[in-house]
Amino acid sequence: MSIAAVRPDLPLASINPVAKVAATIPLSIGLILTLDPVSAGVAILCELILFTAVGLGPLLWSPRTLPVWIAAPLTGISMVLYGEPSGTTYWQFGLIEVSDGSIAIGLATMTRVIAIALPAVVLFLTIDPTDFADGLAQTLRLPARFVLGALAALRLVGSSIDDWRNLALARRARGVADLGVVRRSLGQAFALLVLAIRRGGTLATAMESRGFGAPVQRTWARTATFGAPEWCVIAVGCLIAVVSVSAAILTGSWNLVWS
Amino acid sequence: MRGGTIAAPAPASIEARSWGWRHGGRRAPAVSGLDLRVEPGERVLLLGASGAGKSTLLHGLAGVLGGDDEGESLGELTIDGRRPSAVRGRSGLVLQDPDSQIVMARVGDDVAFGLENLGVPADEIWARVGAALDAVGLALPLDHSTAALSGGQRQRLALAGVLAMRPGLILLDEPTANLDPDGVHEVRDAVARIADETGATLVVIEHRVSVWLPVVDRVVVLGQGGLIADGRPDDVLVEQAAPLRAAGVWLPSDVPWRADPSTARGSEPLMTAHRLDVARVPGVPVQRGIDLRVDSGCITAITGPNGAGKSTLALTMAGLLRPEGGRLEPGAPMAGARGTEPWRWRSRDLLTRIGTVFQHPEHQFLTGSVLAELEVGPRALKMSPAERRERIEPLLSSLRLEALTAANPFTLSGGEKRRLSVGTVLVTRPRMLVLDEPTFGQDANTWRELARLITDLRDEGVGIIAVTHDDTFIDAVADSRFGLALAGGAALTDAPVRGRSNGGGVSA
Repeated sequence: MSIAAVRPDLPLASINPVAKVAATIPLSIGLILTLDPVSAGVAILCELILFTAVGLGPLLWSPRTLPVWIAAPLTGISMVLYGEPSGTTYWQFGLIEVSDGSIAIGLATMTRVIAIALPAVVLFLTIDPTDFADGLAQTLRLPARFVLGALAALRLVGSSIDDWRNLALARRARGVADLGVVRRSLGQAFALLVLAIRRGGTLATAMESRGFGAPVQRTWARTATFGAPEWCVIAVGCLIAVVSVSAAILTGSWNLVWS
Repeated sequence: MRGGTIAAPAPASIEARSWGWRHGGRRAPAVSGLDLRVEPGERVLLLGASGAGKSTLLHGLAGVLGGDDEGESLGELTIDGRRPSAVRGRSGLVLQDPDSQIVMARVGDDVAFGLENLGVPADEIWARVGAALDAVGLALPLDHSTAALSGGQRQRLALAGVLAMRPGLILLDEPTANLDPDGVHEVRDAVARIADETGATLVVIEHRVSVWLPVVDRVVVLGQGGLIADGRPDDVLVEQAAPLRAAGVWLPSDVPWRADPSTARGSEPLMTAHRLDVARVPGVPVQRGIDLRVDSGCITAITGPNGAGKSTLALTMAGLLRPEGGRLEPGAPMAGARGTEPWRWRSRDLLTRIGTVFQHPEHQFLTGSVLAELEVGPRALKMSPAERRERIEPLLSSLRLEALTAANPFTLSGGEKRRLSVGTVLVTRPRMLVLDEPTFGQDANTWRELARLITDLRDEGVGIIAVTHDDTFIDAVADSRFGLALAGGAALTDAPVRGRSNGGGVSA
């Protein structure tokens, strides 16, 4: 199961994940403040160039980013149909009104979703869950008990996927799979939960028997470093935010959402 | 070698003085009135019927039973004279389930986990990790994925995680019950080597006595009221043979049992695979071009290494998975279902045709009581209450589940769960039976009951496929063995295990 796989062999994989998450924050804030196509368009352009330059180009165009490319136009279209109308109206049908204003909002929304979601997805694919946990616990000093518990739980996701498959087969074998999909899935989800709790219980015992939660100051076998490369990644994130926002202000399209 | 050796810690001593434990919410204590002393460096095999409190004792020694909110402790249980929870790291525990005790995604990190918890300095951790992995014979890169390990490797990894903590006491709770024969020996040998090198005190729970006899020097038998027997392995196993056998322990002196030849009259094909390709996940075939026929009144064992696609083949033959290629041809007794492709049959149509018993009974339980569980199939077939009763009552008694009709299936013991899961399938009287690792993790009693049940069904003309690693089981009941090689190679054998006329016993 890929979710708990070992460190991906990708550029930026060795960067502290905390830095990668932090790097996406300034741009997200900038793009949430304004609703215009220029800021988000510039941001997307910067992202495409940057990711290609560091060697993440193949990931950019892989099926794993497909949800972004599908979801963004869909949100855009809904804004075109239902967004606040202004200017020339092209088509009206019940609540639907397509106008200059709603088309602009739709375009701004679509580019926004891409500009925010694309780096999040691409960067997250380069993150190894273990590194992320190390970063959260050592760099951000979140409670180790909580972080490591969540990390261990993540390992059970793979087992749960196998469980789900087996549960479906077993239900068919037991003669109850002719029911509706909804009823069947509900029962199956409950069974999955029961199994997950049991597995979790065993894992908790195993962890406790190996001193997890002992009243001793915990040490870390892997040191999460936060040095020049990490600051560099955050600086690049800030730079993209500044460039995008400046472009919007200079072209006069800066448009605060509450104005 | 990665350098570094396992420093030998001082072996721990154990003392129980009228110790007992009652789980919260239970009326009867799991253990009570136990008096036991284990000297440093002793190697103890802990035996007893299921429910005698063996695991509870081990968990108590590991200090993981929990506090007052989880149960009530009576008497005294100490390691080196101190409470187990106060000496974290003095003992290390390996559990039965290879899937649920790996904490981290990478081999090295998993071994390091316990050391981090104990506050060992980072620069010392990696030397100890390397030494522990060497000691259990896991020659893998530190960043190897733990998800890619076999069952035996996982258990050795768990052992390495324990070993790196340099415990004076190693506790093993049925560490090999869920492993194939290769895995069993891998783990047993690793334990033996470690015990020799470190001199640590060892307490192991295991039903298969002969596997562990070379490693232990003392056998302790637990019963409902404390110790039943305690002493040198040879003495205890001879003197206590009868109660141990009743408790489901595999005694080395027991001759393997072998079924009488089939008394089924005639045999006809129930399901035939022609050049079958099978896949668990659509588009990713694990075996190609399989020819296999299941006949009524015959038992076929499917064998092969882990990952060879045995279960996938069985589940495809059972009409649960869609074949990736080739064809499945149902025989005449299967007629009446919609169409000729079993995977397209309605779920209800399968009930009277093909029954499947899954490796983990938990996967197939649907209800909150044993009785309701047995009624699922008959209800799906729209049988009247009278008919249902007629089917279920004899099954309840033959599976020894009468006293448990109201119990929740998930709370049953391992053997009871297995018997119930077989019962839920038999109640609709399928013509063909598919069993996935039916004897995995079972004690000797359930093993024998299963073998008898399966041969009785065979005599009634049911055709049976059993996916199994258990050679004793194959020798005892199978008419033919169908061997699968690891993917790619279709080097299959389809050789009869024995002549039909041969009803005699075999040597071990």
